[in-house]
Amino acid sequence: MDQLLQHLVNGLVLGGTYALLGIGLTLIFGLMSVVNFAHGEFYTLGAYAAFATLALAGLPFFVALLAAIAAGAALGALTERALLRPLRGHSIDTIMLVMIGVWIVMQNAELLAWGGVARSIPHPFPTAPLSLGPLNIAPLRLFVVVTAAVLIVLAWLAIQKTRLGTAMRATFQDRETAALMGVPIARIHTITFAFGSALAAAAGALLGPVFLAYPSMGDLASLKAFSVVILGGLGNFAGATLGGLLLGVAEELGAGYISSGYRDAVGFVAIILVLLFRPAGLFARAERIG
Amino acid sequence: MIARAGLALGAVAAVTAPWWVANPYHLHVLIMAGVFTILALSLNLLLGYTGQLSLGHAAFFGIGAYTSALLSLPPLQWSFWLALPAAALASGLAGWGIGRLALKLRGAYFVLVTISFAGVISLVSINWMELTNGPLGLPGVPPPSLGPWTLRTKSAYWYLVLATAALAYFVCHRLVGSRIGRAFVALRENEPLAESVGIDGTRYLVLAAVISAAMAGVGGSLYAHYTRFVSPEVFLFSYTVTMVIMVIAGGQGTLAGPVVGALLFTALPEALREAMAWQWQMLAYGVILIVCVFFLPRGIVPAIVATTRRTDRAAGGPPEMRSGSVGLFKKRRGSDSRS
Repeated sequence: MDQLLQHLVNGLVLGGTYALLGIGLTLIFGLMSVVNFAHGEFYTLGAYAAFATLALAGLPFFVALLAAIAAGAALGALTERALLRPLRGHSIDTIMLVMIGVWIVMQNAELLAWGGVARSIPHPFPTAPLSLGPLNIAPLRLFVVVTAAVLIVLAWLAIQKTRLGTAMRATFQDRETAALMGVPIARIHTITFAFGSALAAAAGALLGPVFLAYPSMGDLASLKAFSVVILGGLGNFAGATLGGLLLGVAEELGAGYISSGYRDAVGFVAIILVLLFRPAGLFARAERIG
Repeated sequence: MIARAGLALGAVAAVTAPWWVANPYHLHVLIMAGVFTILALSLNLLLGYTGQLSLGHAAFFGIGAYTSALLSLPPLQWSFWLALPAAALASGLAGWGIGRLALKLRGAYFVLVTISFAGVISLVSINWMELTNGPLGLPGVPPPSLGPWTLRTKSAYWYLVLATAALAYFVCHRLVGSRIGRAFVALRENEPLAESVGIDGTRYLVLAAVISAAMAGVGGSLYAHYTRFVSPEVFLFSYTVTMVIMVIAGGQGTLAGPVVGALLFTALPEALREAMAWQWQMLAYGVILIVCVFFLPRGIVPAIVATTRRTDRAAGGPPEMRSGSVGLFKKRRGSDSRS
C-alpha cells in the first residue's frame, strides 16, 4: 500500500510535466492543425537553457526557468514565422514533413552544440528526501510538481481570461468567422506556437535537473506529448492536463509492477489503444479548446 | 527516350559493377544502396501512391532482419531461401495489423501509430533477452548459400541484392499500373470520389501497408545476411528518416524517384564522410527535407522530367501532360477550415 502511494506520488511528479508538454502540443495541434514533431526539441532546448543558466552562468533556478521559457517562445515564434506561415493552407501532411525536418535539424544542432554526453543539471535543492508519513519525496521533485501546477493554472488563466486567449479560442472554433470579427489570425498562430513551445521548454527546464540533459531526450518527450494529446483529445486543455497526470501515473505503475524496461512502452501502447477504442480521446465531449 | 537510355545505361552499369568498382568498400556502399532502394521503393508505395506516411518503417525492416536471422541461426538453421520469404511474411503480417489498426483514421494518426509501433518493437528487441539477446544482438547470421556455393564475396552478394531490387522495382511497376495501383492513386487524390465509384478505401490502404511492409522485410532479411549481425540498432529512427528523405527528395509517387533517391543518399554521405561529421550529415538531411518541401515539392526525378519535356516541346515534341498534385504535396482542398 505504501509502495503504491509512493508510485502514485512519483507518477504525479512526472505527470505534471507531461501535462505541460501535452498542453503546449494540444494548443498547436488543435488551433493550427500542425502535427508538431519538433515539440520535444523545444523541451530539449528548455533543458539546455536551464543547463546554461545554472551550470555555466550560476544563476538561480527561477532565472533558469524564465530563460528556458524565453528561449522556447523566441525560437517557437521564429519557426512559425519562417516556416509555417508561408505554408499556411497547405495540407497537414506537407507541414508535418517540414516539422520532421525541423526536428532533425534542431536535434543535430543540439548534438553539435553540446556534444553527445548526457549532462547533469545542478540544482539548489537538498538531495535528502522529505518524509511525509510513509511517503518520501525529493524536494526537487516537489518543486517540479508545484511549479508545473502553477504554470498550468497560469496558462489556463491566459486562455480563459485574457483578450488574447479569447481570440485564440475563437480561432480554434471557427477560423473564418474569427477573421471576420477582426482577429489577426496570422499573429494568433505565431503567438500560439510560441506559447506552446514555451510550455514545452518549461517542462524541459523542470525535468532536466531530475533526469539528465542529452540531445535525443526530445524524441521520447515528443511521443509522450502526443500520447497525452491523444489521451486527452485534440485541443482539449483539461483533457491534456488529466491525460498528462494519467500517463505519468501509468508509467510509474508500469515500471514498478511490470518491468522497468518497458516504462516507455506505456505511452506507445496508450496511443494505440486510445486510437483503437476512443479516437476522440478519453475525456471527449466535443472538440474544444479551454 | 532519355528515360529509356538512362535505364539501359543504369542496368549495364549495375550488372558490370563488380568489374569497374575496384575498391571493396565502394562495392559495400553499392550493396547498401541496393538494400535502401528496396526500402525506399517499399515506403514509396505507401507514401507516394496512397499518401500515407509511415514513420515506423524501420520496424518492418527490423522485423524482417530479426525474423530472418532467428530462423537461420541455431537451433532452427533454416536456409536463407526459406528465411527470406518468412521475413517478408512476418513484416507483412505486422503491416497488416498496423494497417487494420490505424488506417481507419489515417493521416497524422497513422503516423503516430506507426511511430508508436516502432517504439514498442524496439523496446521489445532490447528487453526480450531470451529471444533477441537484447542490446548485444545476434552475431553469426550465416550468408546465403546456393547449392554448392556460399555467397560470401561482396560481388556475389551484389548480384543477389541487385536481382532483388530489380524484382522489387518490377513488382512496384506492375502494381502501380494495375487496377490496384490506380485505386491507390484515386484514394490519394480524392477519397470520397474514389469511394463513390466503389473503391473500398480501408481495404486498399491495408493492402498497400501489407505489400510495403513485406518489401521492407525483404530488405531487412538481405541486410541481416549481408552484415551477418542484427542488433536493436536496426530499429533506429535514422533509418526511417533516411528512407523518407530518399522518397521525398527522389520523387514520391514515381517509380524512378526512390531509386535515384536511394543511390544519391547512400553515395552522398560516403562522399561527404571525409568532409563532415555524421551529425552534420543528419543536420543536412533535415535542411534538405525542408528545402525540398519549399522548392522541389515533387522531387528530383519529376523536376528533371519536367525540364526535359519542356525542351522537347520547344523542339516541336509532344505537348507536356500536366499531372495533378502529387502525393503529400497537395493544396488543401476547399476552404481553410478544419473538417
